[in-house]
Order: sequence, then C-alpha cells, then structure tokens
Amino acid sequence: MTDIEIVRNARLQGRRNAIDYINGCFENFTPLSGDRYYGEDSAVIGGIALLKDIPVTVIGIEKGKDTEDRILHNFGSARPEGYRKALRLMKQAEKFKRPVICLVDTAGAYPDVESEERGQGRAIADNLYEMSDLKTPILSIVIGEGGSGGALALCHADEIWMMEDAYFSVVSPESCSNILWKTTDKADVAAKALGLSADKLYCLGIIDKICKGNDLEKFSEDIYRSVKKLEDIPIHELLDKRYNKFRNIGYYVENK
Amino acid sequence: MDLKKLFLKANNELENDGKRIRSRKVTCKKCQSVLSVKKIRKNSFICPECGYYFPVRARRRILMMTDNRTFIELDRSMVSTNILNFPEYDDKLSQATVKSRENEGVITGVAQIGGFKTCIFAMEGNFMMGSMGSVVGEKITRLFEYATDEKLPVVGVTVSGGARMQEGMISLMQMSKVSAAVKRHSNNGGLYIVLLTNPTTGGVDASFAMLGDITLAEPGARVGFAGPRVVEKTLNTTLPENFQKAERVLECGFIDAIVPRQEQKDYIEKLLRFHFGGTN
Repeated sequence: MTDIEIVRNARLQGRRNAIDYINGCFENFTPLSGDRYYGEDSAVIGGIALLKDIPVTVIGIEKGKDTEDRILHNFGSARPEGYRKALRLMKQAEKFKRPVICLVDTAGAYPDVESEERGQGRAIADNLYEMSDLKTPILSIVIGEGGSGGALALCHADEIWMMEDAYFSVVSPESCSNILWKTTDKADVAAKALGLSADKLYCLGIIDKICKGNDLEKFSEDIYRSVKKLEDIPIHELLDKRYNKFRNIGYYVENK
Repeated sequence: MDLKKLFLKANNELENDGKRIRSRKVTCKKCQSVLSVKKIRKNSFICPECGYYFPVRARRRILMMTDNRTFIELDRSMVSTNILNFPEYDDKLSQATVKSRENEGVITGVAQIGGFKTCIFAMEGNFMMGSMGSVVGEKITRLFEYATDEKLPVVGVTVSGGARMQEGMISLMQMSKVSAAVKRHSNNGGLYIVLLTNPTTGGVDASFAMLGDITLAEPGARVGFAGPRVVEKTLNTTLPENFQKAERVLECGFIDAIVPRQEQKDYIEKLLRFHFGGTN
C-alpha cells in the first residue's frame, strides 16, 4: 500500500475498533464512565479488564460500528472530558498498581467551540505531563488512525506499538497539502512526505513494534508478555527509561 | 480565518535597530494611523492611537523582559535538518533564517529579572510561524533540564502555530518530550511562568503553553488548540467574536491574568519575589 492508501484504509468503517481489541484480547471488560469534572465522553471507552491473570486498566478511543453507534462515540473524536476520563482511569491504575493499555484510533481531538472552551489543549497537555510520571507501566497501541495531538494524548507510554496498517501523523495529509500547496489534491505527496506509516516510524525510532493483528489470541499473548516484562522493571528505572525514550527523539545539527 | 494572517508582517520594520530608521513611519494594522517608529518603540510596540499590539521579535521580547545586559544565550548554534527530506523544507528553513535573523524558532538562555536569576525562552513568530520541530523541542527541553539542575525558575513567552509539519511525527513527539521535562522541573519544586502571546495554538498550546504554574497572556492573544478554520468547517457556522481570545480563555478558567505589555516585566518580577523574595 502507498502511504495515502494506508491512511484511507485506516479510516474505513468495518475495521476492527478499540472495542473489538478489548473483547478479543482481554476478559471481563468492565467499563467505567465520566471524568468527574464535567461529563462522560463516549469517544473514549475505558475500564478494568483481565489480561490473562492480571487486572489491567484498558483505555481506547472508540469510533463505533453502525451510524447510530458512531454518532454515540462521536466518530472517535474525543472532547476534553474524554482525555480527562482517560487520565482519571490512569491515576486509578497507578493507585492500584495496574498496568495501563491504551488503544488509539482517532482522526484527532474534536474541534468545536465547546471543546476549545473547556480546555482541549490543556487536557492533552495534562495527559502528556502526568503520563510521563505515572508510576505504572503504560503500553499504547495505535490500531487505526493516529491523528495528531488527539492521538498523542494517549501515547506517552513505555512502549508504543502500531498495527502494520495503521498510521500516525502530525497532521492529516489533506490538511498538510492544503496548508502547503493550497489544494487537497496533493494529499498523496503529503502522506508520503510526512512519513506516517508503521514501517517508517519504526525506522525513525518513534514506535517500538509493528504488530500483525490477524490473530487476537496471539496478540493478547504478546501484550501479556510485554506487560509482564515492564512490570518487572523497578518503577524509577521504568520512569527514567520512559523519560529518555522521548528525550532522545529529535534531529538537529549543532555548529560548534 | 487564516492562521498566517495572525503572524502579520514579519521582519517588522519597527525592529530594525539603529538610527537609520528613526525617521521612518509605520502604519498601524488596525487603525491605519501613521506613526513614528520611535514613538511605538517607546510604547512597548503598542499603537498609541488604538492600542494595537505589534508583534515583537523573540530577541526584543527578551530585552523587554530581562534586566539590562544580563541575558546569556544557550544553544544558539543549534539548527534544523531536513531529516524526512520533506519537499521545500530546506528552502523554507533558509528563508526563515533570513526573515527572522535567527537560527530557529526559539531563543533560550539565562538572565536576571529584577535581580532574580531565571531561565528564559521566547519563541520567534517570524521563524516558520514559531512552529515546533526538533530544535525548538530540544532547546526548550534543555532549558528545563538546566533549570531543574540549577534550581532556577523558567519564564517562557510562547507564539506558535503548533508542531512543524515538515518534521512529521518527530515534531509531534517534541510535545511529549518538553512536557516530560516540565514535569521533572515541577517535581523538583521549580517555578514555571508562561506568557501566552498572539497566537499560541496547536501542539504548543497542547503542551508546554498550558503547563505553567502561572499562566499569563497578552491582551487579545489567540490561544487555542484547533485551528479556527477547522472549527468553522466542523460546525459549519461562523465563530463567536471572542473565540480563542485570551480574555475568553481566562473566563473559561485557563489563564491566570491578562497583563498589558508595559506591565509584564514588573508583574513577573513581583511573582518571582513571592517565590524567591528572601534572596533579594
């Protein structure tokens, strides 16, 4: 697939959603609701589940299945309440020493006046800030769309995985093309230039693993093994590793 | 609303140094009054007729905020590289360097403000709209790490269109990188005061711009995450007049105070005195 095909494919209805991964990889998923400040945002689903024998907190951005369901989940575009709910559940996970697994599938944070006025930027910033110091292992998996800051808000993790056909991008190829060349026709050029495929991002050291999702049982096994491994690392070492993981991203030249 | 318009005229004729321009006149973008450069400069780059805020370059901003001749710049020579081979990025970088007369979109360093030693950063709107790529992320991260080690406060002035597209995901990840450094600084008891100026949007808004212990803003500054045009398209209506205006963002609870430009240095000095008064 070309890069733009990857993007279009990741947007298709009928793909596996967050809830499918949750049902396929975890048992006894018990959803929890609300951000405790303002409301419940169904674009973000989250709760406690069993990963084989260990209780984990699992959080996903859910797009919904049919039209009605998709409207309920706001097509997977979270409002600030969604990110605050995610952070609340992560803090809860920290308290009860549960690992956190995030499943990311969003075109981006929801851009409306109310979300802006309730602090979309602050909500995303807060997640990055608090996740960087969350004293429990975090594993984030981009399962479909990884749309900019709205996706990043659940990706400040010890490991970031991507499904082989997912994408993760700083901006949608259409917007990028529009901003640079005043037309959306060059979205294919933009997609290629942005380097948004799992392969490319693995090469750049942004993500840690490319996953095949055809067998969810095997996938669940992979998650389990990695979570176990992260749990074995002393927490301060884990936090240092997490810090350095992001600390080391960047390319520049220093002229002495 | 075109975000580019917010950055107005680059390389503002007001800010060329020296006598050469002393006689020059500029036209206020808002009220169209013709004003002498000298007059505007004396007035903190605010139009004396209508109160319009002219954009201020990063280096000038630092001069305005710090004690005379105390600023020592860090990492000045760090420059970007076109790691993704992104079309036209090399040209854009060289144009931005010419236009802004800076190496990148942020200036960082150490200075004194009212006698208090402080780490300071100021973003440069003329350098690719103050967008954040690797260099901006790295310089601000280093500044916070230095401040953490030296137990210094950080004062930051933001102006940015967000993450820099031309560095793809590497730019987006700078949000995480800087936020983590701010967190470590905070955990170590560090004070971080941020001043939001027009415009502070996108990935910068959704990271270190919103993570200050104390968040100040310039009057009328646009502060928000989503681009106004995107919001307009989503809702298919025109936006309220005060949308993403600092005054409205304060009403919504995300800014501590709106501080006029002439009072900013004194205001920040006062805040520093509350925290470090004993030593001065």
